[in-house]
Amino acid sequence: MSRDVAIVGVGQSTFFRNYEGSIRELAFEAFREAIKDAGITPADVGASIICSAPEYDKQRSPSGLMAEYLGLNPQPTFAIETVCSSSTTGIRVGYSLIKAGLHDVVVVLGFQKMSEISSADSQERMGRGADIMWESPFGTMMPAYYAMHARAHFNRYGSTEKDLALIRIKAAKYGQLNDKAVYRKGLELDQVLSAEAVASPLKRFDCCANADGSSCIILASAERAKEISQKPVWIMGLGAATASLTMTGREALDGLNSARLASKQAYEMAGVGPADIDVAEVHDCFTIAELMAYENLGFADPGKGVELIREGETYLEGKIPVNVDGGLLSKGHPIGATGGSQVRTIVLQLRGEAGAMQVPDPEIGLVHNIGGVGIYANVIILGR
Amino acid sequence: MGFEKFGRVSFTAQTKVGNFVDYLEKGELAGTKCPKCGRKYFPPRADCSWCPDSTVAWIKIEGTGKLVSFTRVHYGPTGFEDDVPYTLALADFNGVKVFGRLSKDLDEGQTKVGMEVKAVTAFLPGGQLSYELVPV
Ligand SMILES: [Zn+2]
Repeated sequence: MSRDVAIVGVGQSTFFRNYEGSIRELAFEAFREAIKDAGITPADVGASIICSAPEYDKQRSPSGLMAEYLGLNPQPTFAIETVCSSSTTGIRVGYSLIKAGLHDVVVVLGFQKMSEISSADSQERMGRGADIMWESPFGTMMPAYYAMHARAHFNRYGSTEKDLALIRIKAAKYGQLNDKAVYRKGLELDQVLSAEAVASPLKRFDCCANADGSSCIILASAERAKEISQKPVWIMGLGAATASLTMTGREALDGLNSARLASKQAYEMAGVGPADIDVAEVHDCFTIAELMAYENLGFADPGKGVELIREGETYLEGKIPVNVDGGLLSKGHPIGATGGSQVRTIVLQLRGEAGAMQVPDPEIGLVHNIGGVGIYANVIILGR
Repeated sequence: MGFEKFGRVSFTAQTKVGNFVDYLEKGELAGTKCPKCGRKYFPPRADCSWCPDSTVAWIKIEGTGKLVSFTRVHYGPTGFEDDVPYTLALADFNGVKVFGRLSKDLDEGQTKVGMEVKAVTAFLPGGQLSYELVPV
């Protein structure tokens, strides 16, 4: 297994519906936690990578602001963006900076203050998330795209709205254990199934909540990691792939091909397979996204993902615990911060520091972070 | 110019495939085809990325397509609030996929994956043009 780049510090703000502070202060919450966790100072950092979806930022070019506020001048800084998967793309870039020998410590800071803009502005930007020439003119929204994937999956494999509800109920169970989550209430099957439709067959509780939040991951070279950290977590494998933005360019809608390709790359690089994964964080922006992830990551054969949730195999005690921190569904989904938050959860799991959410003695963990409706996919495999 | 006439809400006016709107006006759904490799494009593209070449020709998307998936949307983005609920769908016309709205009169219960649809021009308020998928 690869032991060239390690994660030596992780941090995350609480995720809020409405953070009562500026983006710089929001970013600082995750940065402070990660720097303390790593036991280093800002002067030890060689470069910073700032990840956010710029359509929510009032500040133009926030990287410069963040480097100043986090005490990371005069080191280089720059922005990386792949919408919802921005911060895992940031980790991919940080990994390569370290492997290339340009820097030995890199900070990957993800943030999003979705409440920075009015809800009308947000609705307007949402409409432009699709191809503005050929799809936005029909009135498209993110839930509609995932809903079309859900319908295609139901139709091909016989999965049901109830299966999706079971995924939401799992997320709600673990959200209650996570004091950084936005949604901390339990949910019953009836409540989930009887909620109002958003884009059929997806209903209110099939969708994650917008949130304000930040995450910070500190990467180090093998040499520096051994000096800095008692419990470095190693990046064993990385995979990244893309798919067409427009639905007309997709082969089928019952899975995300970018996720299939990214996971294949990550498994090959790490020299492991799906059965070796002890704990996983998958991008459950919608319940159907988690179901597709089971299959696209190889935890289940195509069409068999429903068996994992029906039999409780993705619960903490199950064969492959998935999103036992509440996932995006309960934690909330602050676009640029989400991937870093998923990575933080797996790092804490591998260090045995996940508290009430701890899976027994995991050795290998996986993160699956998706941008848009599978336009971008990143898979990262971590080991201790 | 001219492309601002396409869609319930238009987001961009300038494209080299703006003639798409002229075909729509005549009741035709048009795509493009690369004369070098024969690939067909819908939505139309001015450029073939495979060859790469920029001498595409217009073709008609004709006949019937099969519904790949659909969703009944209950919340619309800015500019679409008054339209809800409406149904977005993807249909496969013999290997060429078309994304659009399904005809308003179709009941959700009657809508099925695999059902046959054809594309017809929709004349919208304010002189806007679009196409919609209607059951055959
Ligand atoms: Zn060609």
